[in-house]
Amino acid sequence: MSDTGIGARMVRKEDHRFITGKGRYTDDINLQGQTYAHFVRSPHAHAKIKKIDVKKAEKAPGVHAVLTGDDVAADGIGGLICGWMIHSKDGTPMKAGGHPVLAQGKVRYVGDHVAVVVADTLAQAQAAAELVNVSYEELKSVVETGKAQKRGAPRIHDVAPGNRIYDWAIGDEAATNKAFEAAAHVTQLDITNNRLVPNPMEPRVALGSYDTGEDHFTLYTTSQNPHVARLVISAFIGVAPEHKLRVVAPDVGGGFGSKIFIYAEEVVCLWASKRIGGRPVKWTSDRSEAFLCDAHGRDHVTHAELALDVKGKILGLRVKTVANLGAYMSTFSSSVPTYLYATLLSGQYNIANIYAEVDAVYTNTAPVDAYRGAGRPEATYVVERLVETAAREMEIDPAELRRRNFVTEFPHQTPVIMCYDAGDYNASLKAAMKMADYKSFSVRRAATEAKGKLRGIGFSNYIEACGIAPSAAVGSLGAGVGLWESAEVRVNPVGTVEVLTGSHSHGQGHETTFAQLVSDRLGIDADQVAIVHGDTDKVQFGMGTYGSRSGAVGMTAISKALDKIEAKATKVAAHVMEASEKDVEFKNGTFSVKGTDKKMAFGEVALQAYVAHKFDSNEVEPGLKEGAFHDPSNFTFPAGCHICEVEVDPETGVTEIANWVAVDDFGTVINPMIVEGQVHGGIAQGVGQALTEGCVYDPDSGQLVTGSFMDYCMPRADDLPSFDLGFTKTECPSNPLGLKGCGEAGAIAAPAALINAITDAIGVKDVPMPATPQAVWNAIQSNAAKQAAE
Amino acid sequence: MPNVSMKVNGKDVSGEVEGRTLLVQFLREHLNLTGTHVGCDTSQCGACVVHVDGKAIKSCTALAAACDGAVVITIEGLAKDGNLHPMQEAFREHHGLQCGFCTPGMIMAGVDIAKRRGKKLTEATIRSELDGNICRCTGYHNIVKAIQAGAAKM
Repeated sequence: MSDTGIGARMVRKEDHRFITGKGRYTDDINLQGQTYAHFVRSPHAHAKIKKIDVKKAEKAPGVHAVLTGDDVAADGIGGLICGWMIHSKDGTPMKAGGHPVLAQGKVRYVGDHVAVVVADTLAQAQAAAELVNVSYEELKSVVETGKAQKRGAPRIHDVAPGNRIYDWAIGDEAATNKAFEAAAHVTQLDITNNRLVPNPMEPRVALGSYDTGEDHFTLYTTSQNPHVARLVISAFIGVAPEHKLRVVAPDVGGGFGSKIFIYAEEVVCLWASKRIGGRPVKWTSDRSEAFLCDAHGRDHVTHAELALDVKGKILGLRVKTVANLGAYMSTFSSSVPTYLYATLLSGQYNIANIYAEVDAVYTNTAPVDAYRGAGRPEATYVVERLVETAAREMEIDPAELRRRNFVTEFPHQTPVIMCYDAGDYNASLKAAMKMADYKSFSVRRAATEAKGKLRGIGFSNYIEACGIAPSAAVGSLGAGVGLWESAEVRVNPVGTVEVLTGSHSHGQGHETTFAQLVSDRLGIDADQVAIVHGDTDKVQFGMGTYGSRSGAVGMTAISKALDKIEAKATKVAAHVMEASEKDVEFKNGTFSVKGTDKKMAFGEVALQAYVAHKFDSNEVEPGLKEGAFHDPSNFTFPAGCHICEVEVDPETGVTEIANWVAVDDFGTVINPMIVEGQVHGGIAQGVGQALTEGCVYDPDSGQLVTGSFMDYCMPRADDLPSFDLGFTKTECPSNPLGLKGCGEAGAIAAPAALINAITDAIGVKDVPMPATPQAVWNAIQSNAAKQAAE
Repeated sequence: MPNVSMKVNGKDVSGEVEGRTLLVQFLREHLNLTGTHVGCDTSQCGACVVHVDGKAIKSCTALAAACDGAVVITIEGLAKDGNLHPMQEAFREHHGLQCGFCTPGMIMAGVDIAKRRGKKLTEATIRSELDGNICRCTGYHNIVKAIQAGAAKM
């Protein structure tokens, strides 16, 4: 292994600019003649718009335009779309209500975009927005997931009676019911997967610019997938055809899913720039707007049942989930509670019968879409809470119950689409138990109890499906796009390399990891490699970064392009060294002719490819540049075991995490330092969900109660411990590098481990997330009251 | 409009600002020092931390006019003569950053913690001192390590 090749703990190439304040985020970009947009947003959860009077605002100082939904309609600008079709059980398509980029006739959540003011300065735009007079007729609203379908709930979209977007199911209902009839034990849980606000630290920004001379648009935006943004904004929303629209996503300050989606503000800034004659229009979200308008995550209400035989062998799993998709269907929202959720309900276990029903509902809340893990944390939470609870009810050690049910032979076809290709769940469980010193837990528990506190331990044996995904497979499930990835490798005449990738890095460290792959393959230093991404004018096409796919899919595309580079360079080297191609070997950056002392460095061959003096250009084309598209043949299946230990103060309900062990199997690891960082961050977000974060709307008014960092509790440094990480390895067979993906694992595993530990500590069946001191204290008190009554 | 003068990263600067102009706006918009970031609007996240007269402050919570005559150091002014500050170096060595957005504030806060609490910092001290800085990427694990190592080398 070289210092910069696969497996090296190489410090990140991109860090220099970030640690010196030279990162270039969208808000750092300012264009000549730039104006500022401020959005007028709905103060009501649900209302009819009777009239919008913009006259006063239009006359305010510095104002260039005040635009409303009528202007959008007049210019033929289309609405935002949801790109994944889901069909209900009866075969009818999902009920997608219109999502105009500025409201037309009705507002459906607090923060809904009603009008935009464009002015010379932000202060002028804000001041003029105060003069926009919107007359509303308030309507009854519903924000609670479990109440959206109830009789008497107001209808949010005309197309969706009962606010039901779809009622979808997967699995064999009859067989599953039969399994339950045969069960010796049934464990039941009612679970709420709490609503979260993603909150990447960089708020969203859009800077749209229209070039009147070229009739061409440029959008600088905080996107995880600029090409998908361009595709949707051109093909569906109709701002401009793709060749007339460039989308640039420069340094992006975190995404966690929330920057996958195409948002109204991006479309409006582009369109408004043309409307005002080509001056650029910039919108920078403040944190309050981010809370109101960024797509939120999770928000499921679930009833789940697990059927077991007398020995703890799982016979069946039955799940009924209601998923809140908010007031409008965001870009990939429909897929999250269906194909990214219910297909993972088999967990790490051999479960013959699974049946899951999912109702997706509209509510008067911000749209809900993918957030780190997207469906898989919800699935893991259901499975791992059920298994742990079953173990306690049946008085079987929770590790032992898991062991009795693990999938041990691969490939393993689950009853819910997924075919697990490789894994060793016993190995990660065993390693984690050793690191957590599980056998001495009772000693630690006694020590904790001696000081008046309670101690608990919780497992979470998660599995996820990443590397999403084979295009034909997701197409058959309703996806509107293919999910391949592209790469282009350009070798310069001096032997340095540029890699253009459709993946997008917003914290994942692609500039380093991808360069390590090239370094490994071509035998050149990673410093000789530049990774180019995030600009539709530079990279021809790409699907972007989400779903832990950039390694398994994005790097495989690079690897394929490198195969072609190697083949071409071998040809050139053979001509130059006057040898037969089959006698030329490439190793450690050097081409050599077998059985001779003839050799050429990679850089020399690159130069020869460009000067083209030593070969017939009819036989070998000059130059050294190759591209590849990679479409994966299967999902990848990272899995692992997290064990969490907590101390709970029964007097205050305060939970302290005493220890966190994570053992993950991500297949091949390119840069362990970066992978560990991904796990740390993922766990922190999972701990945030389980312990501190919860998005709350007032059920009566529909107002967002948790609208700032003062009210929404982001995990801080002193809420978290340091983490103890380990790795096991089974290579992924579906890509040449053996990669599985690591970006979401922590967020998927953590909530179940933590809630399993807290419920173990305080001796209750369930405690709601976030398990705040108040929630834990309440659970302790009601349990004590129940026991006293018994 | 008031005229403000200050020494920023060793250079004398001045400019006319509105009375409501925040220090962070003056730095980003007037001086084009975009390394200092704005991550919230309630003085919670700490992405905007800079040093004013030797103390770490949140530049989103100070008026530019109130910093008239002050000596200001931002993330751009931390390296000296082309050499990174030990805290910057430590963040890179210990992978204390991912997306980089909170990083300038974290590094400036880290330097301040070391100045106030000394070179030998415990994990608990760092975690408690970082109360005013939010990171969404790293889970703080490597930030804590970086500040510990950076402080030791200061």
